[in-house]
Amino acid sequence: MKRALPIVIVLVAVTVLLIFLGATFGRSSGTVGIASGSALPGFSEHASTPEQALSNFLQDVQRRNWDRAFASVERTSEAVNKLDFIQEWTGTNGGLRSFSSLEKYEARPLHATNSEAQMRVRMQWTTPVGPVEDVRDFQLAHRGDEWKVVWNQTPPPNVPAQIVPVNYLRWDLVSGTSNDQWGSHNVDSPHVRIVSMNAIDSAEGTVVMGEVVNEDTVPAFVNVNSTLVDASGNPIDDESSFDKILHILLPKQVSPYRIDFPNASLAKVKNVRMDVKATLVPASSDPVIGIMNQKLEQDAQGRSVLHGEILNQTGETVNIPHVIASFYDNNGKVIWVSDGYVQQALLPQSSQPFAVEVPKSVAGKVQNFHVVVNQYSLQKS
Amino acid sequence: MSSSINTACRSPKVSLCWIGAVLLSLAAVSMAQDIELRVPSGAVAGQPASISTTGGGSATFYLEGPSIALKRDVQLGQDIQLSAREIEGAGRYVATICASNCSSSVFFVAAGKPSTLTFLVHPSRAPVGQPDMISGVAFPFDEFENLIFTPETVQFQISSKESKLASHSVETQNGVAWFRTSSGKSAGAVQVAASLNDVQARRVVQQVASDPCRLQIKAQRTPKGVEVQTDPVRDCAGNPVPDGTIVTFTAKNGDQISTVDAPIKQDVARARITAKGTIVISAASGVVMGNEIRVGGQ
Repeated sequence: MKRALPIVIVLVAVTVLLIFLGATFGRSSGTVGIASGSALPGFSEHASTPEQALSNFLQDVQRRNWDRAFASVERTSEAVNKLDFIQEWTGTNGGLRSFSSLEKYEARPLHATNSEAQMRVRMQWTTPVGPVEDVRDFQLAHRGDEWKVVWNQTPPPNVPAQIVPVNYLRWDLVSGTSNDQWGSHNVDSPHVRIVSMNAIDSAEGTVVMGEVVNEDTVPAFVNVNSTLVDASGNPIDDESSFDKILHILLPKQVSPYRIDFPNASLAKVKNVRMDVKATLVPASSDPVIGIMNQKLEQDAQGRSVLHGEILNQTGETVNIPHVIASFYDNNGKVIWVSDGYVQQALLPQSSQPFAVEVPKSVAGKVQNFHVVVNQYSLQKS
Repeated sequence: MSSSINTACRSPKVSLCWIGAVLLSLAAVSMAQDIELRVPSGAVAGQPASISTTGGGSATFYLEGPSIALKRDVQLGQDIQLSAREIEGAGRYVATICASNCSSSVFFVAAGKPSTLTFLVHPSRAPVGQPDMISGVAFPFDEFENLIFTPETVQFQISSKESKLASHSVETQNGVAWFRTSSGKSAGAVQVAASLNDVQARRVVQQVASDPCRLQIKAQRTPKGVEVQTDPVRDCAGNPVPDGTIVTFTAKNGDQISTVDAPIKQDVARARITAKGTIVISAASGVVMGNEIRVGGQ
């Protein structure tokens, strides 16, 4: 015991010293002009630079220290209250952001003068559907002896109280009783067909993609599976479309699908076996979501991005919208399928922006695109 | 016995002795073969039958069939009665009787009168106006669920509420009768019936509309955007396309595209498009394209 005490004292002293050194000099080893989320909990340095101000702000957001974060920003409109500010970061109505947390961020200056600055922040969120990246530009202003984040976000539009008439249309599934005679009550599975398939080699491995259509008059729960086969006829790998498909297809509805085979080289693949499974499920035709103002453009970082707005045309909240886009070349062949989750819930009669990325290798060949929206509603799950 | 013969035949008159032994053996064999089974030639499942035997004395009777295996003590020379229950299963039976020796015989039991028809019809939903769209298969069974292999004539009938649409008479081959026919022109339920004597089985096939024939749309600009809707969507035979069928509206404004997948409700699909300026709207459902309309900006 007597021997252990000096060791404990030494360990504590070394730890305190390392913490001090880290706090004082740690930032200096990073790239000049890039702030990243690594400050010590409980410490906030004086915002003498735009980077420091933004870093302090994002750390408060990360720690959900809303009082200090809200107090540190300069609001451009009094209409933005603290609740709106918090909901911008924490999400509402069961949206994906409600289940997410800011894991890390990286800020780069875009423009700076003595009185104002603009910073671009790449934020990495952890979500139930995997990591989601969000890029946002922040304005900063020099006020007195410190820099402040200018909060110019407009408050989310309030959905007015209203009555949305709905001709409710849904399909229920009634299973026959077990004592029925064999073959007397057979209801066939929905007729679903793969209308196109394309296998390509990408940086992550082999990707199999295409489109599937429900040719029946009833809804279908659809899953597409694919098996890569080598020259000797042996299976290399098999995967399913997982979430990169519109699983519930209404009659005559078309969905893109994408199946990723990480670490599988297309050069070794001789054959691709496709298998589509369709089952009868109860379904509803609502909500109807329109995809407005779709445009393929280059974003500020030079990436090809298809962006637009999704518009909920019915009276039902979509908690987690999931956008899936298929891209076609000039022959109408599907050359890529992208997807992305919209982080905020889609309220009735309101819209949310979306953006999905197209790889550079594909972007130049894209002639047309088709976007569908998967709907995850907490009421239904 | 053989040991006594061996002892007796050590005498000088060896050859005569051996001849006597062989004759005795042949006599014993011929005694054993005298047990004869006369199995029924036209046994029917579920109907009593009998097997006659020859000889005398007690013996053990074995019966092995598709769904039975039994053992019974019997008296040779008397008929062995098989109850209806013992030969319910149609197929091959082996009757064996054992006294000092065993003898066996094979007989077949045929299925009885048709009692049920197992009737499979495919598909349960058939688009109208498609050739060879509906097929049905009937299997006649007797009351003991034996498939009837003897040729029987099955009558297939397809009828709607209003009228009888088609009829086919088909003789079973190896216990199966089947038909294939085109779907009708009108959407709605049709009844498909298979009958054999007084046995009948019915199934219902839902005839559904085919792909939309002429997709016509109209649009109107409102303060909230452009309200676009189809005319009542029907197939080429005039049947309304089922509610829930997706119609995709596409609006193009330069290089901007807006799309809405809207379900048909009460024969009409509606959507709202918020694109500004002059837009060109088109509609499609499955592989069918509709007309294009141009809507001017406000």
